Amino acid sequence: MEALARLAAAAADPAEAKNIAAAGSAGFAYGLAAIGPGIGIGIIFGNAIEAMARQPEAAGMVRTTMFLGIAFTEALALIGFVVFILLKYA
Amino acid sequence: MTSDQSSPFTTGLAGPAPELSVSRDLVKRGLLVAPLFCLISGVIWGLDGAFSCAFAMGLVLLNFLMAAALMAYTAPISLALMMGASLFGYLVRLGLIFLAVMLVKDFSWVSLQALGCTIIVTHLGLLFWELKYISASLAFPGLKPGKQK
Repeated sequence: MEALARLAAAAADPAEAKNIAAAGSAGFAYGLAAIGPGIGIGIIFGNAIEAMARQPEAAGMVRTTMFLGIAFTEALALIGFVVFILLKYA
Repeated sequence: MTSDQSSPFTTGLAGPAPELSVSRDLVKRGLLVAPLFCLISGVIWGLDGAFSCAFAMGLVLLNFLMAAALMAYTAPISLALMMGASLFGYLVRLGLIFLAVMLVKDFSWVSLQALGCTIIVTHLGLLFWELKYISASLAFPGLKPGKQK
């Protein structure tokens, strides 16, 4: 209730309302940016397991490629995080 | 699943861990370019930028090392554990980076622009740099660099 009251009070002040909207949007963007890489890592790992099961002798090569793939996918989340930080605090 | 099939809960991957050597390479190259990055950051954002750049590079390199260590540690135990560690490790590492940046964001020596730019540029730059060597050694195994005698 207190939060709602504060939101209602802030709505009267345009600058405060803008700050609240920016904070909400930044958090939303960060959350969305973290979902994609999560799905991506799952797909990469699933396919890597399948590849290692089919060709166990290529496991080393598959693991190397998988590690780099996961790291590239994580870059998306890091970009989302940086956008969040810059929108919210810079 | 029939009884003669091995379970992913008990099957592990034996042998050396390539993730560790890849991450060691990444860290080595990261440390090599760190002074240059700090210098560029210092020229653009001043002394605060240089400090923030160093901090961000430390975060990125630590992130690579943690990811590799987690996978290398869980791979010999079981594939299912390795998958869990990769997925939850991703969340945990993201949370740790978030925490680290939140802890320092109000310090006087932090430039958020420098910090953010360095995180993205270092992460992607090092990966592309490493990818060049990995692609070459996967396509032409004979060219893979060995230890000098």
